[in-house]
Amino acid sequence: MNWRSLSISSSLLQSIQPTPSVAAQQQSSILGPQHSFAMGIFMNQMNTKQIFPFPDALSEESKDTVKLALDSFGRYFDQVHDAVANDANESFDQKAMETYKQLGGLGLLAPEEYGGFGLLSTQYARLIELFGGHDLSFSITIGAHQSLGYKGLLLYGNEQQKNKYLPMLSSGQKLAAYCLTEPTAGSDANSIRTTAVLDDDGQHYILNGNKIWITNGGLADFMVVFAQVPHSKDHSNEVQNAMTAFIVERDYGGVTSSPPEKKMGLKSSNTTAVYFDNVKVPVQNVLGKVGEGFKVAVNILNNGRFALSALMTGFTRMLLTKSIQHVNQRQQFGHKLIEFQSIQEKIAQIAMSHYAIESVAFLVSNNMDRGVENLQLEAAIGKIYATETAWDCCDECIQLLGGAGYMRENHIERFMRDVRVYRIFEGASDTLRQFIATTGIRNAAKVLSQKHSNSTTVMDDNSSNVTSSDRDELLQQVAEPLRPSAAQLAQQIEDFGSVVEHLLFKHGKHIANQQFLLTRIANASIELYVMAAVLSRATNAINENLPTSDHEQLLATTFVTKSCERVKANLNSIMSPDSLSCFTAFSQIADQVSRNEEALTTRPIGF
Amino acid sequence: MALRVLVGCKRVIDYAVKVRVKPDKTGVVTDGVKHSINPFDEIAIEEAVRLKEKKIASEVVAISCGPKQCQETLRTALAMGADRAIHVEIPEPQSNTLEPLGVAKIFSKLAKEEDVNLIIVGKQAIDDDCNQTGQLTAALLDWPQGTFASEITVEGEHMKVIREIDGGLETIKVKMPAVISADLRLNEPRYATLPNIMKAKKKKIDVKTPADLGIDISPRTEILSVEDPPVRQAGSKVEDVSELVGKLKSHGFI
Repeated sequence: MNWRSLSISSSLLQSIQPTPSVAAQQQSSILGPQHSFAMGIFMNQMNTKQIFPFPDALSEESKDTVKLALDSFGRYFDQVHDAVANDANESFDQKAMETYKQLGGLGLLAPEEYGGFGLLSTQYARLIELFGGHDLSFSITIGAHQSLGYKGLLLYGNEQQKNKYLPMLSSGQKLAAYCLTEPTAGSDANSIRTTAVLDDDGQHYILNGNKIWITNGGLADFMVVFAQVPHSKDHSNEVQNAMTAFIVERDYGGVTSSPPEKKMGLKSSNTTAVYFDNVKVPVQNVLGKVGEGFKVAVNILNNGRFALSALMTGFTRMLLTKSIQHVNQRQQFGHKLIEFQSIQEKIAQIAMSHYAIESVAFLVSNNMDRGVENLQLEAAIGKIYATETAWDCCDECIQLLGGAGYMRENHIERFMRDVRVYRIFEGASDTLRQFIATTGIRNAAKVLSQKHSNSTTVMDDNSSNVTSSDRDELLQQVAEPLRPSAAQLAQQIEDFGSVVEHLLFKHGKHIANQQFLLTRIANASIELYVMAAVLSRATNAINENLPTSDHEQLLATTFVTKSCERVKANLNSIMSPDSLSCFTAFSQIADQVSRNEEALTTRPIGF
Repeated sequence: MALRVLVGCKRVIDYAVKVRVKPDKTGVVTDGVKHSINPFDEIAIEEAVRLKEKKIASEVVAISCGPKQCQETLRTALAMGADRAIHVEIPEPQSNTLEPLGVAKIFSKLAKEEDVNLIIVGKQAIDDDCNQTGQLTAALLDWPQGTFASEITVEGEHMKVIREIDGGLETIKVKMPAVISADLRLNEPRYATLPNIMKAKKKKIDVKTPADLGIDISPRTEILSVEDPPVRQAGSKVEDVSELVGKLKSHGFI
């Protein structure tokens, strides 16, 4: 069925060609949000400038630094770090930790003038890629310290705060923690209840509240704590909450933590509740501005998301190696496993997944390094794609290893236990999907309605939403052997844009509640961005004549075909009446089961 | 006497890489393959840096001969604690035919230019396994040599060297200036910490060419072909000694 016939006449909601002056502005810099590919696809725009050519923001010198660091940290993991023992003992070996600190591993992101190494995002990504293949629990502990914990100082700290805290955090003398989550506030960060009330002397905030599931909660001396500062607006009795970020030192007194949580994985990582009981926090310790807390919280998370994709890159590379080693030698039914088609498919899936995750991780990190503004959608897409795909690859790796995959001695089970939470923390996949879809759609609605009110020309009904020149431009950006794949991608982008347009017309602002639809919009947008990243990377490989360009071309073209299948499936499920009636049914089923508080069926044998 | 130490650092294919022979049999595949500092040279650098830390040496200069990427190797040496580095730049494909004699000539020239009294090299490189450079350098300079060193101790103007030999350990005394070649058990090299990697960025790498040093590095040998070792043939079990003898005879071994 051609669901495009459902879309309303283009005169009402049409893609507007930019006016000449806007076009000129766009040429001058590719860093602005108007060039975001992810935002653009919601508005029938194919913004390729931030993706093609694949960015390479590091200088030779920066790359040399990373190579040296990789050598040293590589040796640390091979010779000193014992992930198995750490998992069994549910803690980190202190001697190994000391060696790690001496290597500089806790100061990777702090600027050099504060005792750190000032690594750029891409340098950090390449370095922690190594960690992802060795120990996903350790990765979180050191990530919580620098990528979350003291990242707040880097993004919002003033000179005094940076000078006071960064040196000891970089050296690892003190550990940092990021304290946002509470028993009643997970994805809904705004609903936190910890309070910070300005004391009568006006010099301190009195902090009260409970945080849960805090990494390094029992070990950190430096915490970034998010709390509500109540204040009443002038001339009113109404109390408003201004969520604010605070730097809290354990030494202030009143800070206690629970014993470490017993977890499915990340066992060596210290995860505790942290209790704040009338803690006196000096007013100088407000991080950012009063009332800016939500923005601070979200931006810290945004800024660190690429790192999770980088960890998943190293993780899936290890899974691929481990899987191949097994299927190359294990024999059954008189043949090596690699000779069987069903095995080949699984290996190919892991290989393509690794390539795609890596492409997205480094596309985002390089864009961050060259100053692209506002990568929130792309970072979220990267996080969802990387963590979910890595989970599937891990599951598949265990399957390939068979019974051996289930045995602790082969280590994959530990990685699986560790990686499960990666889809939950730092932005649960489900919430991030809604965020991606609503942000993209809202932005599209805003831009389109602005231009609609400014426009004096009316485009005719037959104007295609993505112009053929957009499509041609995309095709020109990719290497010649990849053009058929680029054409597939372009088609999906066009279809996506039409569906978004249709939804806007049908639901208007109520689209924000249509989660069945938004999930699928998000799924499609994720696939589109990842495809673009993959094509850009493979284009680079072909243009640079890399020794691996043939294989990369094969990975890219195959990936795009499969990814387009997934996009079509998602878009179809938004448009097809059968699918839509399923959504209604989902709500009914959920409602009935929820009222019954358990399964609402009769057993086959009657009891 | 404060020693001035020269250390040779060769850039080789990393020990963990699975080496592949090129289809045209002219050599092994190096494109896109991970390279690192020759492990024995790393031990040499470590020993030199330890001498500096004990205040026996006053300066450690690292040298590498080869294409531009050798500067990565020198950065490792600097990050481990060498004070300065000299890159003798020899572009590919010329660098592929560089032989120990050429390197030894370069080291002896630089030793005189830099006024050093101790040269430490790895006992051999893991790519060609020549085990010649240290010995040739000592001969060219007419200096004593302590090769396969597993322990060195400076005693005034002399150095006590414990050497690993087939029969066990041999202890010799050499008068400095001398050349030492490092064996595996001499020490365990440190990792370069990020603080040291950062400090190393400020250290100097001087670039010279063999021509600058007036040295002819043309090879004396020609590589005819590089091939994989033959695939190991399966063995067969024998019932008793007489069958064994019979098989050995029939295969012409006895």
